[in-house]
Amino acid sequence: MTTETTTQRRPLLPFRVQMEPRLEEVPRWMPPLVSLGAIIAALIIGGVILAAVGGNPFAAYAHIARASFGNWGVFSDTLVKATPLILTGLACTLAFRMKLWNIGAEGQFYVGAFGASAVVLAPLLPPDTPGLVMIPAMMLTGFLAGALWGFVPGYLKAKLNVNEIITTLMMNYIAISWNNFFIFGVWSEGGFQMSKVFPKTAWLPRLTDYAQQIPIFRGLTIHLGLIIGLLAAVLMWFILYRSKWGYEIRLIGDNPQAARYAGIPIVRNTVLVMMLSGGLAGLAGMSEITGVVHRLQGSISAGYGFTGIIIAWLAKLNPLVVPLVSLLFGSLILAGREIQPAGIPKLIQGIILFTLIASEVLLRYRVRIIRVREA
Amino acid sequence: MSRSADIPHAVEMRGIIKRFPGVLAVDNVDFTLRAGEIHALLGENGAGKSTLMNVLAGLYRPDKGTINIHGRQTNPRSPRDAIEQGIGMVHQNFMLVPSQTVTENILLGLDEPRFLMRLHKYDKQVAELGERFGLEVDPKAKIWQLSVGEQQRVEILKMLYRGTDVLILDEPTAVLAPQEIEELFNILRSMKNQGKSIIFISHKLGEVTSVADSITVLRKGRVAAAGLDAASTSTAELARLMVGREVLFRIEKETRQPGEVVLSVENVHALNDKGLPALNGVSLQVRAGEIVGLAGVAGNGQRELAEAITGLRHCVSGQVTVKGQKVSTGTASDAIRQGVAHVPQDRRGMGSAPNLNLIDNLIMKDYNRPPVGPGWVIKQPVARQRATELKEEYEIMAPSVDTSARLLSGGNLQRLILAREISAQPELLVAVQPTRGLDVGAIEGVQRLLLAQREAGGAILLISEELDELFSLSDRVMVIYEGQIVGELVEEDRETVGLMMTGQKRE
Repeated sequence: MTTETTTQRRPLLPFRVQMEPRLEEVPRWMPPLVSLGAIIAALIIGGVILAAVGGNPFAAYAHIARASFGNWGVFSDTLVKATPLILTGLACTLAFRMKLWNIGAEGQFYVGAFGASAVVLAPLLPPDTPGLVMIPAMMLTGFLAGALWGFVPGYLKAKLNVNEIITTLMMNYIAISWNNFFIFGVWSEGGFQMSKVFPKTAWLPRLTDYAQQIPIFRGLTIHLGLIIGLLAAVLMWFILYRSKWGYEIRLIGDNPQAARYAGIPIVRNTVLVMMLSGGLAGLAGMSEITGVVHRLQGSISAGYGFTGIIIAWLAKLNPLVVPLVSLLFGSLILAGREIQPAGIPKLIQGIILFTLIASEVLLRYRVRIIRVREA
Repeated sequence: MSRSADIPHAVEMRGIIKRFPGVLAVDNVDFTLRAGEIHALLGENGAGKSTLMNVLAGLYRPDKGTINIHGRQTNPRSPRDAIEQGIGMVHQNFMLVPSQTVTENILLGLDEPRFLMRLHKYDKQVAELGERFGLEVDPKAKIWQLSVGEQQRVEILKMLYRGTDVLILDEPTAVLAPQEIEELFNILRSMKNQGKSIIFISHKLGEVTSVADSITVLRKGRVAAAGLDAASTSTAELARLMVGREVLFRIEKETRQPGEVVLSVENVHALNDKGLPALNGVSLQVRAGEIVGLAGVAGNGQRELAEAITGLRHCVSGQVTVKGQKVSTGTASDAIRQGVAHVPQDRRGMGSAPNLNLIDNLIMKDYNRPPVGPGWVIKQPVARQRATELKEEYEIMAPSVDTSARLLSGGNLQRLILAREISAQPELLVAVQPTRGLDVGAIEGVQRLLLAQREAGGAILLISEELDELFSLSDRVMVIYEGQIVGELVEEDRETVGLMMTGQKRE
């Protein structure tokens, strides 16, 4: 293992770069600062590419900023896009903490939407059920459906050591087809590929619903899902860092052998974590159809489940950072809709991912620039 | 090169300085290796032995200093460069490809063969080379099929094949069983007789005096003594040079009347990880206030026995009881509740969680009981205070309790594990190789902790391969061979133990 970069025989530059592994903990302020630096670097790189193809980077960035943060209306739309991302991001964060590679948040999102819809469409509750009963019931069924979708790979992993990456990935397709069966057939409204609109009691309350009392809320589409997502983030932080169960999860994730040695039941925790992870993604699906779409239909997800994977990593598996990263991605999704032909937000998303992953090296190594003395 | 009377030294290092962030690892060190000798480089963990040799082998560049190889000034830029100049290093962790054969591993990274492998031709070369130096190993065998000792031979062959004549071995005996160590020493002597020069890094005094011609001792990055004649230097002298003070090799222990039976193992049978029988009817007892040593050559069921007692391994038949209560097998939680503490052999792989901090590592065994637990929530302030106290009491050297366990040195990590296990005031402590790989000062500290636990009336099962340690700490020593207890000794009798460990004698 070479820890120094060996330069050419005859030095070309008057200095050489040397990287040394950090032997002590990095200070607390450093990781967020490095991440921020990475995002700025990504914007600069993206700008250079834009300029190279003849675009005006400043105008493009200004446009993106306006499209997602320009006024209360679009900012509210950004938050709406961020809401499902917070929940899927948390779902992945939890599973990844235990080194369970749940890449099935997308499928869990879909079955969550299905589970919630079943309350209205099966129907499990009559349409005139008050919202105070209806909404919690839909949350419960959405969560349980997602949890079931997580249980299957979790149980197979725990008992038979079946690779969860494969099972969760494949179950995504089952989930989407399952939903399609109901959208196209059982619950189809008049042959269209969508169900009937939910009754108002099954809609998550939005700010705009209170425009009568508070006029500035008019047109603001933020719904209760955002609060659910933020509460989930705080709860998740508490579970991971303060609860006994979170301690077990962190210990298993870091060293399963040590966890076994400490007498922690790994099988049970594997199943439980996969269920909670699936349940959170299911809740994202529930929040999306009851807060935004108001019916069950196809393509309810703009890849929220898969984006959750990226968000979890970029948040460095810290639940409290997940909402911030989700906001960034929400704005990029929204801006993408605005200026899609240019494909710029996708480009920037990709570059941000690269720079953030690359910046990790600064936390692990200390970079020193050393002057090469003349021999 | 003419081999006249005035042969230049194989290696001459002058005024070597190597800094790492926050540490001066090697501080102005001179080192001379005469051609055709075995030179031991002795020192505690962190004395700078490996760093100095990594500089010679081209892995690190010195911040200052000159290196002469066979009288020619040079500055190895990379391991490859060093090998070209005749210097090869065998590291502690082998760098072999498990799925490939011995020959393939040896050829890896060379210019020859260019395209077609024609392995049989090279197989023959490798076999011949091995024969010449007594390094017998089947060239066609895949690496994963080989024992650790054989893998080490492959690493040495790799260097010999590349034509190096100065061989650096970094703690080569740390991974070997006692009989493999003897074989290795024979190989080293045979290489020496054929003109190779060898640098042997170690912190084991006995080995150093038995195999080396001369000895250089490093202490805290500086030379404590250079080029000592091995034949005329005593181990006590070396120990003093190494740690800078006299070490009590014989720890005094008071005679004590053992109490009631704490651990009782009755006719236990268990399988190893490959599903083969590892324990074939083991029975033994450990009483309160007693240290029972378990001697044996590695791989005779010691690990499996430790795991069966601590609940980690399922027993096929027989049972383990602690204070009359049966320990259920398959999960460690019952054993922990019954007061069984375990210092595992693999400190980093099992005994700690590398990326969690000291607090999380220290509460591993009692996060589920008062005062830290029980209940849903871990009482963070209590855990933090406890960790701070333990860090203080057991002298765990770390900037703070928020430091990750992976940043601790071997000795400090072992102190952390012992702090956790002993502070729970266990009825029974199962300690497997508790001083392995530690330096002299740390070994003494660990041994004192074990004796203190005995004083406090705890029962201890000490599983070790170090006979010195077993005899100086234990009240009785039992010998395990092929999964069975073959004998018990109360008095030190090395010959009998040796015969028993090798299966030549049973009681």
